[in-house]
Amino acid sequence: MRALNQRAADIAVWLLLLGMPYWLDSVGGYTSLGSRILVLALAATSLNFLLGFTGVLSFGHAAYFGLGVYGVGLTIKYLVPSTLAGMAVGVVAGTIAAAIIGALIVRLRGIYFAMVTIAFGQVFYFIAYRWNSVTGGDDGLSGWQRQPIDLGFTTVDILGNDKAFYYLVLVSFAVAVAIMAALLRSPFGRTLLAIRENERRARFLGIPVDSHIWLSWVISCLFVSLAGTLYALLNNFADPHDLRWDQSGDFVIMAVLGGMRTFWGPLIGAAIFVVLQDYISSETANWMSFIGLFFVLVVLFFPRGVLGLIQRRSAP
Amino acid sequence: MTQLLLFNLFNGLIIGAFYALMALGLSLILNLSGVINFAHGGFLAIGGYLAYMLIPHLGFWGALAVAPVLTAGLGLIVERVLIRPLYGRDPLYSLLLTFGLAFILEDGTRYIWGAGTLPFAVPGWLSSPLSNTFFFLTGYRMFMVALVVVAVTGLFLILNRTRLGMRIRAGTMDLETVSVLGVNTGILRNLNFGLGIYLAGLAGVLAAGMLGLQPTIGSTLIMPSFVAIIIGGLGSLPGTLLGGLLIGVASGITTVFFPSASEAVIYVIMGLVLLVRPRGLLGEEGRF
Repeated sequence: MRALNQRAADIAVWLLLLGMPYWLDSVGGYTSLGSRILVLALAATSLNFLLGFTGVLSFGHAAYFGLGVYGVGLTIKYLVPSTLAGMAVGVVAGTIAAAIIGALIVRLRGIYFAMVTIAFGQVFYFIAYRWNSVTGGDDGLSGWQRQPIDLGFTTVDILGNDKAFYYLVLVSFAVAVAIMAALLRSPFGRTLLAIRENERRARFLGIPVDSHIWLSWVISCLFVSLAGTLYALLNNFADPHDLRWDQSGDFVIMAVLGGMRTFWGPLIGAAIFVVLQDYISSETANWMSFIGLFFVLVVLFFPRGVLGLIQRRSAP
Repeated sequence: MTQLLLFNLFNGLIIGAFYALMALGLSLILNLSGVINFAHGGFLAIGGYLAYMLIPHLGFWGALAVAPVLTAGLGLIVERVLIRPLYGRDPLYSLLLTFGLAFILEDGTRYIWGAGTLPFAVPGWLSSPLSNTFFFLTGYRMFMVALVVVAVTGLFLILNRTRLGMRIRAGTMDLETVSVLGVNTGILRNLNFGLGIYLAGLAGVLAAGMLGLQPTIGSTLIMPSFVAIIIGGLGSLPGTLLGGLLIGVASGITTVFFPSASEAVIYVIMGLVLLVRPRGLLGEEGRF
């Protein structure tokens, strides 16, 4: 019965996402808001691969997200005007940086790990912020835009057609999420859960804990940088604030808000967060206070998140 | 060249002293309660702005004495109401809460006092240069260094010579045992949090006198303070002090040769320290 419910929920989620550009207008949204939700949901889901399913708290994922952002922006602006090439560069840059930094920090645990990830994230922020001539500094990197994708037999105009771009995001999201879900079902994923539940016991069983955490970190950062490339393409702009620590905090709150022990939680968290942010920042200049208050309220009264709460209610 | 180098070296030392003052407060809270206090920078800003409000009534010295105490009072309330319910839960939650609190404090100061830089008057005799050759040695800067030395000495005296300090140190090692011995750990953590926030408030008043007051003053100083703690080694207060001074001086020297890397260099140092010595310069083996 439970498995059947799960299957039904999965199908419902995919149907909703497939039709989003068509039903979003009728509830007061717009297509690029849908793309934004989906991109940030991908980032939060990737973070949650590490946070919720490996039990490792990273507060610095914005760095790899931002490497994706700048990777795609710089490639299209200076190297080749190709969307796919830009995405590839962004993902590779983010993944390599994560692999190197991951090797440095994988032996640390708990709050120490969190703190070091925060601090390392800032390096890339300062590079983007200070290297004016290349990155545009504080003003961000503009003067480039996403390019139509040439598939050989046809060309997809993701620039002029918002819906086409939405489906590019959806395809990327689907592929990434399917890979992560498959990984979590595999023996590797089960081992990650074992590490989350009891690291010492996992170590006694002969599991190489550090290398598992490292791999989980790299996978998580790979998909977060993919989300970064999509985010840059969505805005046709690279903003240094995309790699600052407040962005990392946003990803974490999305995962927690939706329910970090559940697979679809971050998607729901991202949807709530984006809609709320969109609404608040159009209503008041003091949106920072409201977002801050939102963080505080979620932590105090809603720590299990939306799906965590539903699961608990329905459990016998 | 020598003068430029000396200037930046001294500048770096002052900035390092700030980082250290802030990082010591962060470290106190982190060591005893396991809370990464993201809102520390917000409290620093509050300290500065409170001093700004108090100067017309109490003068600079009165404000310097009172503003950090008021900030610490606010810290005591925040700990009691918001942070205490989170002890014993995943550190993720206190991190998110103080993160949100940092937003509220920064935006709140902007709402009350405006986004612009406010002038912050220090006594005239403190702001004049002490020597013509070394123009950068103003009285205020020397005074700041002296005050940081006094504050740090005071902190270590409290920790080593008073009952409260002894309990804080013992609690850092094993809070459960301290609790079993009859110490009210709720109050202990509360006072310890207040002590950390006091240091933030003090740093805020000093920083306001040097950098001018802006709502973002806290968020620019907090990241280097994290780095100072990591370099010094988690769990070691002397390490935190050393880390703060070290990165201050390092970024001062880098400013001479390669100004645009003056922020990034401290993270490079952090990377090197973690590579060679993951527990930090003075950190204990196996603590984290």
